[in-house]
Amino acid sequence: MMNEKTTKQQKSTAVQTTGHAWDGDLQEFNNPLPRWWLWSFYATVVFALIYWLLYPSWPWRDSWLHGLKTVTFTVGKEKVTTDWNTRAVLIQELEEGRSATVQREFMEKIAKVDFGEIQKNPEMLAFARSVGKGLFGTNCAACHGRGGQGVVGLYPNLTDDDWLWGGSMEKIQETLTNGRNGFMPAFGETLNPQQLDDVATYVLTLSAEAPQSEASDRGRELFQGYGGGCYACHGKDGKGQQSLGSANLTDRIWTIANVPEKQTLEDKKAAVKQVIANGVQNRRVMPAWKDRMSPNEIKLMAVYLHQLGGGQ
Amino acid sequence: MRHENIEINAALMIVLILVVISIGGLVEIVPLFYINKTIEKVEGVRPYTALELRGRDIYIREGCYLCHSQMIRPFRDEWLRYGHYSLAAESRYDHPFQWGSKRTGPDLARVGGKYSSAWHVQHLNAPRSVVPESIMPNYSWLLQNDLYYKDVGDRMRALRVTGVPYSATQAEYEANVKTFGKDIADKLDIGAAEQNLLEQAKTGNYDGNPNKLTEMDALVAYLQVLGTMVDFNKYNAGYFAEFR
Repeated sequence: MMNEKTTKQQKSTAVQTTGHAWDGDLQEFNNPLPRWWLWSFYATVVFALIYWLLYPSWPWRDSWLHGLKTVTFTVGKEKVTTDWNTRAVLIQELEEGRSATVQREFMEKIAKVDFGEIQKNPEMLAFARSVGKGLFGTNCAACHGRGGQGVVGLYPNLTDDDWLWGGSMEKIQETLTNGRNGFMPAFGETLNPQQLDDVATYVLTLSAEAPQSEASDRGRELFQGYGGGCYACHGKDGKGQQSLGSANLTDRIWTIANVPEKQTLEDKKAAVKQVIANGVQNRRVMPAWKDRMSPNEIKLMAVYLHQLGGGQ
Repeated sequence: MRHENIEINAALMIVLILVVISIGGLVEIVPLFYINKTIEKVEGVRPYTALELRGRDIYIREGCYLCHSQMIRPFRDEWLRYGHYSLAAESRYDHPFQWGSKRTGPDLARVGGKYSSAWHVQHLNAPRSVVPESIMPNYSWLLQNDLYYKDVGDRMRALRVTGVPYSATQAEYEANVKTFGKDIADKLDIGAAEQNLLEQAKTGNYDGNPNKLTEMDALVAYLQVLGTMVDFNKYNAGYFAEFR
């Protein structure tokens, strides 16, 4: 039945078969490709052969056939033209590409002017914001957070009004270029537990976290006198010195002891005490960025960070 | 040979299929072994020290390569974000290389020196404590696990078989002194591997706890050396393009 039907169909379409039969009745039609298709196919083969020779692809002895020299870029003052390869194309793009050129023009403008002028020029300010955002994401966000919010105890918040090392654009530029090394000695051995408690209480009164008391008075003596010697860095008024990177203890912004998160006075005191006892060592290192960012990029970053919040 | 003979002989067909499909691979791979510019001529690339090598093994054990690549491609966006594109020379001592194929996290080819060791420790231990939007798992055991290092010599010996110049004999050591200088040659000496490992962990103090040698020490030591071996200031812009 099947057999008859297949044979009929074969006859009706009148297409040749390849000639072999499997399992008695399985045959293969022989439908030649259309001529136009076949010739297009041969044409692509020829195209590929020419393409191979024009572009680097074909290994030859201990090297390869380089093909046409199509990519031009500058090395020093010389123009160099090489065969097509992704590395050469990258150099060319960094040199002549549209966004690279536009960026370079802006960078050159920025290099010539001071911070005051950048701030006055809305176009430059917008450029600083957009380039700064990218640079911040690449270089700074890992520690300071994508929004610059920092991590209490580890990495400073860049959006608040507190600047340990100064919040002017010049100071920020200096911080970025050469890095900073925040340091506070440990007082765990100099002060006895009672004294630690007193100093912590006094520090909390500075930002109105604790009421004044006898303990805080004793703490003030220690803070402002030789007993604790805290004033040497933080100043008699506890406002800190930006030349030393010592924290302002009166501004209610906490960078190391996480006081705002604590509910009770005891917990707050414990947090402050911990910082006084152990100091701040080896964990407030801001790296120098002068080897990773160009002076112009650092300048832009200073503008970006300044406008992020709290710039002075 | 008639096609029918191939089609009715399964063993022959398998052999011939293997021959045909291997051609593509052979054409692409074999020339790289005799083209003299496959590996760029560049100074500074050295095999990993004993501690870095243990770190690399932990990197592989934890499957870091599944989410992190170590291959910066020569595109402008990657150039801006990660730095200079990776060179073949930079992974010449990597067996197997850690180029990876997927970036769920960022590329790590040049992460060395980018962050402080303290940051790495904090981040590996609890990524979201420094990067709130991160989806990286916590690797909290790295700080707790003591680093097993007794077999580091064997690990180096195995790599030596694949062609990494760790020295087992005096002659090999002297060859290393010639290639890398004495300081580095000393660190590639298999005989002194354990001692070197302990010393580097002590001076580097990668995990922030000098009293305990942990897996964190090794992993951070490895991360901190990634992509730092070549000083790209020494080479002009067109130099590496000559190799491609």
